[in-house]
Amino acid sequence: MNSPSNAMPEAFGSQLDPPAALSPTQPFYWSMRRELWEYRSIYLAPLAIAGVILLGSAFTLVPLAHTMRTAMALDPSQQRQALARPFDVAAGLIMGAAFIVSIFYSLDALYGERRDRSILFWKSLPVSDLTTVLSKASIPLLVLPAVAFAITVVTESIMLFLNSLVLLASGLSVATLWARLELYTTMLMLLYHLVTIHMLWYAPLYAWLLLISAWARRAPFLWAVLPPFAIGIFEKIAFHSSHFLAFLEYRFSGGSEAVNNMQGNFPMDPGMQLTPSKFLATPGLWMGLALAAIFLVAAARLRRYRTPL
Amino acid sequence: MPCIEACGLRKAFGTTIALDGIDLRVEEGRILGLIGPNGAGKTTALNAILGLTPYQGELKVLGRDPWRERDQLMRDVCFMADIAVLPRWLRVSQALDYVAGVHPRFDRAKAEGFLAKTAIKRTGKVRELSKGMVTQLHLALVMAIDAKLLVLDEPTLGLDILYRKQFYDSLLNDYFDRSRTILVTTHQVEEIQNVLTDLMFIDRGRIVLSCNMEEFESRYAEVMVNPDRLAAARAFRPMHERQLLGRSILLFDRVSRDQLTGLGEVRTPSIADLFVAVMGNQAAPPRMNDARGNHQRHTYQGVSR
Repeated sequence: MNSPSNAMPEAFGSQLDPPAALSPTQPFYWSMRRELWEYRSIYLAPLAIAGVILLGSAFTLVPLAHTMRTAMALDPSQQRQALARPFDVAAGLIMGAAFIVSIFYSLDALYGERRDRSILFWKSLPVSDLTTVLSKASIPLLVLPAVAFAITVVTESIMLFLNSLVLLASGLSVATLWARLELYTTMLMLLYHLVTIHMLWYAPLYAWLLLISAWARRAPFLWAVLPPFAIGIFEKIAFHSSHFLAFLEYRFSGGSEAVNNMQGNFPMDPGMQLTPSKFLATPGLWMGLALAAIFLVAAARLRRYRTPL
Repeated sequence: MPCIEACGLRKAFGTTIALDGIDLRVEEGRILGLIGPNGAGKTTALNAILGLTPYQGELKVLGRDPWRERDQLMRDVCFMADIAVLPRWLRVSQALDYVAGVHPRFDRAKAEGFLAKTAIKRTGKVRELSKGMVTQLHLALVMAIDAKLLVLDEPTLGLDILYRKQFYDSLLNDYFDRSRTILVTTHQVEEIQNVLTDLMFIDRGRIVLSCNMEEFESRYAEVMVNPDRLAAARAFRPMHERQLLGRSILLFDRVSRDQLTGLGEVRTPSIADLFVAVMGNQAAPPRMNDARGNHQRHTYQGVSR
């Protein structure tokens, strides 16, 4: 496995340079970088979905001129529905991909380092458990929403560019398309949706998964999912009530009731009104964030005791 | 200030006592070998010193409580637990970037200098390196950190003899100076006999022998006794006796060499021989030359939890 040229590091100057000062944010920044090195699916999965969407949207280019002519006959409110559909689907798919990656990343983040025994290497460096846990939490809370947003903006811009080319080639006006899509407004609404729902409302969900990934010795997915359901079913059978299941449902879908005035619609419908003050006044939001903080601190504490599996 | 000071250090896992009241004092600038059979408590002791596990009793490392002040302590303490801990997906360049990013005492140029003397490519991933090269990489990272205490837990496990020799050579030539302290556990004791300044045997959570190497050489003597002098030799109460090619080899503690020279050929025993003598009187046969990784793994699972 080795040759004589594989010599161990040899003689080197032994005088020591004075240690350079590090800013306290450095370990956090580099810990985040290392998550991106390890979990490349953080950006590869949404990119792959975007690639598939672009490929698929190429097929909508063929009948585009026909679609456009049909849409022109409709009244303006229905025009958007007819034209914006592929764009809404694209945004939804990319967001969905980012959300799924968030779930699987959070479940593995503090479990994988114990499984491959690299936790001892990370712990041999002066990075505190809290810094590590917070850097890992920042992936689903900050990085993935940002990645989803950036990829959606680029994908939809490319789609719009291609659509415009086809319409121009068919001798049709691109003005209607641009006016009905309101891409700038919908992108702002996407950002609003990502910040309110994916970052703030789902924060306790990611924190819970991180806590389980720090705690479980095996099968973190089952530990994260089954006990909450078991509690709900137990309550249902024993007390004929479903407060816990209602609580879980609220944690999943409650946020969308507060963020805008049109429930059930696609979150980027430009016709709806955003209600950030109502969202911020929702007690469930703040309870969730407090819960998330508790879970993350508990995960950091658990990691102190953790050794390789 | 001693580098490590422990008083009545205890650690139990359920009913299993891993450390049974250890007293320990390691001065700055020493190279201490902690030797013991599997499950003796070595890894638990190291984990306590590194703040990886809570413990009972008193323990100070560089004047700090390792469990409570772990974050500050790790600026001055470095460790290589086992070669497998470098994550397999990590690139060599990423390893350099990361350690440079988080460690205030890391000298990147020094690490690059060490790596330049190996066949390790900067763009390679850990999973593509041989076991020996992973150790070289880890050692290059560790040696470029200006730490006061370096803890090595089976650092050369699973390596062939060339890599093992190179490992200790570079550690002594390029890293060790009289201000640093090194604490090492290994089963390959012959190779570190000339490296150590201090020696400690640990068995079933207790220290059964502790001495520095000068003491070791003056205290212990091994005599290949001429058959006709065997009865006379036994009168000096050897601590251990074994047979080799029909000759008796007796190990003596604190018997002057002048008295022994008439009995046969006198020499300083190897650490391995002394270990067998000390442990052989107590427990199951120790494994001295175990180079397979699964035993270390077993130690982790059995003891360090």
